[in-house]
Amino acid sequence: MKIAVCAKYVPDAAAHLRLDPETKRLDRSGEGALNQFDVNAVEEALRLKEAGGDGEVVIVSLGPERALEAMRKALAMGADRVVLVSDEGAEGSDLVATSRILAAALERESPDLVLFGQQASDSDGAVLWAAVADRLRRPLISQVAELSREDGRVRGKRQTEYGYDVIEAPLPAVIAVSDAINEPRYPSLKGIMGAKKKPQETVSLGVLGLEAGAVGEAGSATQVYALGDPPPRGETRKIEDDGTAANAILEFLLEKRVI
Amino acid sequence: MKTLVFLEDHGGALQKDSLGVLSRAVSLGGEVEAVLIGSGVDGLAADAGRFGAARVHVADHERLGSPLPQPRVDVLAKLVRDGGFDTVVFAATVLSADIAAGLAARLDAGLNWDLTDLVEHDGRLVGKRPALGDSVYVDVGWSSSPRIALIRSGTFEPIESGGSAEVVKVESEFEEFSLAATMLEQAHEDSEGPSIEDADIIVAGGRGLGGPENFALVEELAKALGGAVAATRAVVDAGWYPYSTQVGQTGKTVAPKLYIACGISGAIQHKVGMQGSGLIVAINKDPNAPIFEYADLGVVGDLHEIVPKLTELVRARKAA
Repeated sequence: MKIAVCAKYVPDAAAHLRLDPETKRLDRSGEGALNQFDVNAVEEALRLKEAGGDGEVVIVSLGPERALEAMRKALAMGADRVVLVSDEGAEGSDLVATSRILAAALERESPDLVLFGQQASDSDGAVLWAAVADRLRRPLISQVAELSREDGRVRGKRQTEYGYDVIEAPLPAVIAVSDAINEPRYPSLKGIMGAKKKPQETVSLGVLGLEAGAVGEAGSATQVYALGDPPPRGETRKIEDDGTAANAILEFLLEKRVI
Repeated sequence: MKTLVFLEDHGGALQKDSLGVLSRAVSLGGEVEAVLIGSGVDGLAADAGRFGAARVHVADHERLGSPLPQPRVDVLAKLVRDGGFDTVVFAATVLSADIAAGLAARLDAGLNWDLTDLVEHDGRLVGKRPALGDSVYVDVGWSSSPRIALIRSGTFEPIESGGSAEVVKVESEFEEFSLAATMLEQAHEDSEGPSIEDADIIVAGGRGLGGPENFALVEELAKALGGAVAATRAVVDAGWYPYSTQVGQTGKTVAPKLYIACGISGAIQHKVGMQGSGLIVAINKDPNAPIFEYADLGVVGDLHEIVPKLTELVRARKAA
């Protein structure tokens, strides 16, 4: 079975995130890393491969060339290779444009299963899989907290607002996993040493047959107009409990007319 | 502007957030219509009229019985094209987020998500999108038609306008791949009292409770106040409380009138899920807990003493 994991290159978690006032895009000039939520998807792909006894795990990403370095973490964990779509023409792609690029990269690989992580830690985006599944015309299961595979079908147990759903789909399929699905392994020293030697391919939009106007800012359908400050909250009050805190809370609630 | 609002149903009722989004769309003006997609949902159409929709499109089909996104994308794509809608709005849920993004790809339409407001500014539609842990508010827009907007949960209150809607039946046609995923089982946790999305008052418990048995303190207070119980990710992960009650980045976003946080430090992952609450009261024994930076009233003290006392006081007050 061939499994593709869509992984995002995001600013390092320790970095201070800022939006560039000029471009109104996220400032990505600092250190980057593999999106933590995608690590769960990598882990799940490796488990499926190990359970099946054979197969291949391919990391598919879109980003600047230095994203390759961050993707090596997935290789160190055990993924087999990386395909990075890297092209200046892809910069500024929104959801619609990004899904076009990823779908094209995935079609080139034609995997049996496409995995996504739960969300992107930088944009909090948690919908891309549905756009990609629609473009690939494949069944989708999202928010999957337990995943199993049997006879060319996958079964996912997902979390919703109301409890759990168990959904089944035939392969090829697109699955987005929740970060509750597993505890990702740490790369071994051997894995880290071996990661650099694994195949790492960088492809341009041209290789994927995508026209410049279909992606990037030109191919996007959303815009950013302005950046602003969050609405201010009122004054905050802090008291120490001297035995009467419960009364103070009740008085506060009555004063604010919430009870 | 010709707007279509997706109405989500659950348990024989329309979801409150999608009615809130409908009310907002009505207040923005233009033609506002709604769509209901499911099996046996005809009876809910009248509710949409009460909340301001001029027309309700109803797609009722046995293959739409399970809450799966892809067949709904098929129905919506056709309806949006045929109906000439320039704006499609969803209240965010696990289901509707997948529908919105699938629809965006199908129609090559722009999708802005996690919006906390939708306004008309200089003749164009503008969405307010909190970003980077809600530290920046971004004004976003669309360069496509239709424009697709996914509104953060708990954003808009439904407002009844007392109207009635014309009901239009929609024929459902499906793509083969859209029917490939099938629902095998649905296990819904029925909790007592209001769900956290619908509650005006939420009492939430975190690791500071000390153990799952102490959730009883939170439950008692919630019951006395007529509110719902929520939990942090840490305690859900620890198995103390069900995921359906989790508030925060990887759970739900809520905006009740009152949010009482018990033993919750209030790290950013939790904050983004509840900072839209009207009033925040925090009880925590750590005076340096981040939640005290944004709680309207912060109490440094032992929740095991304060919460039961408060429950008694509320009960006494309500009985009086």
